[in-house]
Amino acid sequence: MQTLYDKLWSQHVVHAESDDSDSMTLIYIDRHLVHEVTSPQAFESLKLAGRKPWRLNSILAVADHNVPTTDRSHGIHDPISRLQVDTLDQNCDELGITEFKMNDVRQGIVHVIGPEQGATLPGMTVVCGDSHTSTHGAFGCLAFGIGTSEVEHVLATQCLLMKKSKTMQISVEGDLGWGITAKDIALAIIGEIGTAGGTGYAIEFSGSAIRALSMEGRMTLCNMAIEAGARAGMVAVDDITINYIKGRPFAPQGELWDKAVVYWRTLHSDADAIFDRTVTLDAEQIKPQVTWGTSPEMVTAIDGTVPDPSHIADEGKRHDIEQALNYMGLRPNTPIRQIMLDKIFIGSCTNSRIEDLRAAAQIVNGKHIAANIKQALVVPGSGLVKKQAEQEGLDQIFLSAGFEWREPGCSMCLAMNDDRLAAGERCASTSNRNFEGRQGPGGRTHLVSPAMAAAAAIAGHFVDVREMNQ
Amino acid sequence: MNKFHTFTGLVAPLDRANVDTDAIIPKQFLKSIKRSGFGQNLFDEWRYLDHGEPGMDPSKRELNPEFVLNKPRYQGAEILLARANFGCGSSREHAPWSLQDYGFRVIIAPSFADIFFNNCFKIGLLPIILDTGTVDYLFDAVKTIDDYQLTVDLQNQAVITPKNKVFNFDVDAFRKHCLLNGLDEIGLTLQHAEKIKQFEQKRRNEQPWLFA
Ligand code: SF4
Repeated sequence: MQTLYDKLWSQHVVHAESDDSDSMTLIYIDRHLVHEVTSPQAFESLKLAGRKPWRLNSILAVADHNVPTTDRSHGIHDPISRLQVDTLDQNCDELGITEFKMNDVRQGIVHVIGPEQGATLPGMTVVCGDSHTSTHGAFGCLAFGIGTSEVEHVLATQCLLMKKSKTMQISVEGDLGWGITAKDIALAIIGEIGTAGGTGYAIEFSGSAIRALSMEGRMTLCNMAIEAGARAGMVAVDDITINYIKGRPFAPQGELWDKAVVYWRTLHSDADAIFDRTVTLDAEQIKPQVTWGTSPEMVTAIDGTVPDPSHIADEGKRHDIEQALNYMGLRPNTPIRQIMLDKIFIGSCTNSRIEDLRAAAQIVNGKHIAANIKQALVVPGSGLVKKQAEQEGLDQIFLSAGFEWREPGCSMCLAMNDDRLAAGERCASTSNRNFEGRQGPGGRTHLVSPAMAAAAAIAGHFVDVREMNQ
Repeated sequence: MNKFHTFTGLVAPLDRANVDTDAIIPKQFLKSIKRSGFGQNLFDEWRYLDHGEPGMDPSKRELNPEFVLNKPRYQGAEILLARANFGCGSSREHAPWSLQDYGFRVIIAPSFADIFFNNCFKIGLLPIILDTGTVDYLFDAVKTIDDYQLTVDLQNQAVITPKNKVFNFDVDAFRKHCLLNGLDEIGLTLQHAEKIKQFEQKRRNEQPWLFA
């Protein structure tokens, strides 16, 4: 009676210091994804120590954080951003690492392209110097973010030293209402357990509402596991998983495919497996979610209001809320629907896949963004997502509605390139973090689903997307 | 990595929960391809009144006098006292690098985010978890007593106050061993190179599609 996490863990143990389940264990890494921000120092130390990557074909690299999302024919104009991207290119060329360069149609956000290419497969351990590596757990694999020292450690040894996590099952049962998405589930969960609720745990999402989600939805959910404090989130393998992977460039074929599928079908928690903690949510109760503060747990439903700190008994909590409202420029008790917006961002590794773009396009089709919206961006997660969306005509829907249609990358999710909020600007964003300054110094971020961001763009303020189901 | 020796150092209190990695080191500074020099931009948005960009001369920038690390009494602090869920957010090791580069050697909090906690050990910065009651006590002490110093003894897993109150903390035995001896984890892992190769071979036989 093992949980999915137990199965994945025990499959990868190379060496354990002792039988004690709490001891440091050497874990084998199957897939190492690399991007430009957290890798240069790792490559440099590796070289200084005279070491070489252990297994080159486990590595896939891409630049995503610093790349411009506008015309790329002139390269990157910010010299420091350019240096970082050039450094990645150089390191990959020198060592013979597979990399999708900036002008490759396969380039995109690392957490979008891994699954898209079939480079993320069930049963793998997947790491990347990026906390949102949890995304890949949607495929029934053990995927988690690491720091730069660990990037170097994996490069040099194909292993990581780690401790086993506790297990948490978050079960969402029932049917989601129209217009309710995986993003709303994720935010509702974080609202429930808090941003530290998952600390020390690996979370498995289960229940009928999760099984009904597409792979895109499952990725959105696992992507946000880190926002709940968990290093890893995962979903069991089923037909939806297997159908998604079939035929992708890095996926096995022929006999190997059949063999792989037999194994992948074992990747679920046993019926009698015991988790350290279990949380249950009723899917029917989940409404469209909007964050109002500077942490993803500061969230409420669209029909809610901004909290009133004077009603909060706990001094620390009251202080946090006051600080957040001050930064966000919001008055207590303001209905969420009355919050006026300046910018809209549809993108990021949370919500930039084809299904996200379709959901947003469905809402804006034939309409135009409100006069008070200064800028509305759609940034596809990869060149291939962009291409597919263009084939479906989604770009035209967005463009005629007044949106900008951009090249793929992280963009305004963290504003390391030129896409950012000015101080005081308020944005409905489909990304995953609403921390102070995340989308630009002084910028104010409200996290929502793609459909909710699209609806807000049309109205100029938050609205309940369910009212658009006419 | 340097060996971690017992030391006595000045404490600075950062009285906010959920301090995230974007606050510890804002993203514009992540564009560096170096490991050092991040200390001057630690908590940049709280510490300075102007907006910081890479390459600015910190001595020409206007400090925010309200921010705790700018107060004269906390200059030279080596121990940061923090609140729950410190270091949440990104996996950027730039966050521990900047704390260490600034001069911190120890961070005490009731809880830390997982990746941040783990990253600290890799560079020889010691994160210590003490219970909320103890952390409350220390916040009171550091705010009311000038030049409040604590002794951190990793060998004995103890934080010792000026009045010789001792607070013990847990630390993983392997991590403690690495810190006390300044060991390189990669070197240690490579001692198991044969085992890794055997494991890899077995895996290649059983799941060949992973090695295509
Ligand atoms: S899209 Fe945002 S969260 Fe995702 S990898 Fe890029 S910066 Fe990180």
